[in-house]
Amino acid sequence: MNSVIEEITKKYEPVIGLEVHAQLKTNTKLFCSCKNEFGGEPNANTCPICLGLPGVLPVLNKTALDYAIKASLALNCTVNPKSKFDRKQYFYPDLPKGYQISQYDQPLASNGFVDLPDGSKVRINRLHMEEDAGKLVHAGAERLHGSAYSLVDLNRAGTPLTEIVTEPDIRTAEQARLYVQELRLILIYCGVCDGNLEEGSMRCDVNISLRPQGTEKFGTRAEIKNVNSFRSIQRAIEYEIERQAEILDEGGEVVQETRLWEENRGCTITMRTKEEANDYRYFPEPDLLPINISSEKIQNIQEELPLLPSKKREIYSQEYKLNEEESFIFVEDLERGSYFDECIKLSNNPKKVAAWVNGPVAAYLKEQRLSYFDTKLSPERLSEVLKLIDDGIVSDSSAKKDLIPDIFTSDLSPIELCDKKGLKQITDESAISGEVEAIVNQFPDQFSELKSGKDKMKSFFVGQAMKRFKGKASPALINKILDKLITK
Amino acid sequence: MNKDLHLKKATEIAELVNSKKITATEVTKYFLSRAEKLNTKINAFNFLTPELAIEQAQNIDKQIQDGKTFILAGVPIGIKDNLNVKGIKTTCSSQILKNYVSPYESTVTSKLWEAGAICIGKTNLDEFAMGSSTEHSAFAPTKNPWDLQTVPGGSSGGSAAAVASRMVPIALGSDTGGSIRQPAALCGIVGMKPTYGLVSRYGLVAFASSLDQVGPLATNVEDASLLLSVISGHDEKDSTSLEAKYEHISAQADLKGLKIGLIREFASNGKGINQEISNSINSSLQLFKELGAEVKEVSMPLISEHCLDVYYVIAPSEASSNLARYDGVRFGYRDTEATGLLSMYKKTRATGFGSEVVRRIMIGTYALSSGYYDAYYKKAQQVRKLISDEFEKTFKEVDVLLTPTSPLTAFPFGDKLNDPLSMYLCDIATIPANLAGLPAISVNCGFDSSNLPIGLQLMSGQQKDQKLLQIAKAFEEALRKNNSQVSAKLPELIGKVN
Ligand SMILES: [Zn+2]
Repeated sequence: MNSVIEEITKKYEPVIGLEVHAQLKTNTKLFCSCKNEFGGEPNANTCPICLGLPGVLPVLNKTALDYAIKASLALNCTVNPKSKFDRKQYFYPDLPKGYQISQYDQPLASNGFVDLPDGSKVRINRLHMEEDAGKLVHAGAERLHGSAYSLVDLNRAGTPLTEIVTEPDIRTAEQARLYVQELRLILIYCGVCDGNLEEGSMRCDVNISLRPQGTEKFGTRAEIKNVNSFRSIQRAIEYEIERQAEILDEGGEVVQETRLWEENRGCTITMRTKEEANDYRYFPEPDLLPINISSEKIQNIQEELPLLPSKKREIYSQEYKLNEEESFIFVEDLERGSYFDECIKLSNNPKKVAAWVNGPVAAYLKEQRLSYFDTKLSPERLSEVLKLIDDGIVSDSSAKKDLIPDIFTSDLSPIELCDKKGLKQITDESAISGEVEAIVNQFPDQFSELKSGKDKMKSFFVGQAMKRFKGKASPALINKILDKLITK
Repeated sequence: MNKDLHLKKATEIAELVNSKKITATEVTKYFLSRAEKLNTKINAFNFLTPELAIEQAQNIDKQIQDGKTFILAGVPIGIKDNLNVKGIKTTCSSQILKNYVSPYESTVTSKLWEAGAICIGKTNLDEFAMGSSTEHSAFAPTKNPWDLQTVPGGSSGGSAAAVASRMVPIALGSDTGGSIRQPAALCGIVGMKPTYGLVSRYGLVAFASSLDQVGPLATNVEDASLLLSVISGHDEKDSTSLEAKYEHISAQADLKGLKIGLIREFASNGKGINQEISNSINSSLQLFKELGAEVKEVSMPLISEHCLDVYYVIAPSEASSNLARYDGVRFGYRDTEATGLLSMYKKTRATGFGSEVVRRIMIGTYALSSGYYDAYYKKAQQVRKLISDEFEKTFKEVDVLLTPTSPLTAFPFGDKLNDPLSMYLCDIATIPANLAGLPAISVNCGFDSSNLPIGLQLMSGQQKDQKLLQIAKAFEEALRKNNSQVSAKLPELIGKVN
């Protein structure tokens, strides 16, 4: 939190609620069988239905409904057994029918919550389904106003969306960002959204107001649209906190309005005031039947839910004793996380597995731009390497140094690689103990020092032994033999 | 034989074509030439589709040569111009879609072509099916074949007039508040609105989605039944379509013991019903009684008092939403004078829509506005539910309900054009079936002193479409036996062609 904001929040408490639109990654659109795909030639993925031609009718994509239910359950929402679609009516060239099929007073799900990694909780007011609009391309200007002409691309029209609305539970810009990050992860974990903010798969509107610290009554809020990256969520909220605080400090009143976040200029500008707000004239969509969802269906989808990020974090830190950074990485990086999860099934040393996966494995894959399951180093193979280290057959450092890149690329097994590269340590005690005894006899003074409790001398003897074995003897074994000689 | 083809039923034409006594191409050319001549007088068709018709006919002939048969082999049909047929225009008789060519096929028409029917042309309607006289067509009104000075009813006036003048033996219409039945009554033919959901709406340009239903117009009940059997059935492209399929009736119903409900509030002079119509309905009731039916008067106060109010909130509300897509952005008409986005919307919609459409968009927009929604739309839906309940209760006592289809016979052009409320009253007896999603049929039951046809409406419970058509067929038969002069009557002008 920057110092200006810190200063403001001593006086005012920001009250923030978020509305996130997340695209569902179904194969086809919400009400027709057009491909649901980003990019492509303008208007290539369209048909009479998503073009809103005269006489067409919508048919609900059942997978989209299942995805939305899945998201609802992952957000701890109650899925309403009865809900319905409504028409939200307004004129805009990217809206082919002159109305958007959405859900108004009976949303798919309500009353959920998200636990954030910082320990706070954000309640979800509702989750509903709706169709996305198309896109306008303006010639000669950034927006419609001032452009010579505008072109309409309806590839995105009809893409299934869920709108997820929080309660006004958020108090800081960081918490807002954390919430959106966590929401994104949850939707990705459920496999219902690709979470790609740059491509617009998730879009965020922010409702924000200030109230004097210690008071209950909400201040007048502004709605900020077009906040579409983690960075801009934080920046837009901080800008808006400063703007509203300034107005209040001067004894003014915040106007209830919709504002637009200008990413380039780093500020918000008025889009429309309350008076200019649309009357959406919602009414029940007569072309679609009400949605009835059985408790069996909810049960089935509930059972399909994967382990969610918060639960995973808990397992990593409490069960595997990973540090915060490690568990953050495994939760955030889905592929690395599931690679780790596979490896951990074959090992009883999570810390060591984590160190290997985040260390040499991650480094090599990043350098080679490969993904976790795409090399010869399967979780099974990595566990073989770790076992070789555990058994003292190869040292950890030499494994890290000398087995890479071959363990990713070679058809030889790890042990064969060690053989070939001469990395195997001497693990035969009898082969080593004679040699160690000879060294002890060679340095009687130093040995008496060791015997008298001068532990530092131990490394002297280990060093001598390693020199003699050219580093191939296991230090642990040498230590063990030394201990025996001391107590003799 | 060719000379009298237009007097044949659709079932007879299909039989002739299937048995190779005549080719589909010959039938098509016969009706095309007839339609070309008659349409200049009646304007039932917005345009004919001779190329498509001949192509379809040749294709059917080829398959019949290969031994195939079709339910509607070579039967010419008129398609209301608010149903999409791929590659040809769908104008909805509106300036805003004047040159719009549809890139896709409606479910109902694709079923027709598979069944061997031949598309003769697209029929005129009140713009976007909003009206009861076809005078609200943005192009030109359709004339009633019985009297060219009078309206054919609407909104499926083009389809009704095309069938009544035998330019085609059958046609498709759509019925939101009586748009098939009322013109059928005014043109002296059979028109039926099926149970909501029995026929797919995919490809029907929406007016009021929860009320719209596609249905048949024909010269006789059997043809209407056959056509319904072809177009009905579940469609996965229409989420509101039923799983049910209508089976063509093989026989008429035995009317012995049939309980007919006569809605008291619509009987004898109620609701502005013309005396001659009341008289004709009474003779029909007499005929039903002679066949063994029992007539029972029932009171349905909600239906008689509130249907219009409820309808004129719900239908315009849905229409205001359904018609939002005509904005000049992607297809159809765009006002070229526009200087910016808002001006394009305003000018395109102000000059593209006719006055009746604008009126309904305004009413609907108002009814759905924040602060008014509860008092209008929501309340109307609640009353609609009560109306359905009233029907359900009544159908525990009677098998069918009988009313006049329209309180008036065909009226002169301009009579009601500037008085929307009196135009809306034309649908007072037909609207209830739409609100409750019930099947209802209009059959001719006589003529008034000006020789204009009178329609009788029968309504039954949900999904009792088959029973309803069997009863209608029994009545039609009885009328034929009882009063062959009435049932054989044809508009004078139809003999003047071919
Ligand atoms: Zn599509």
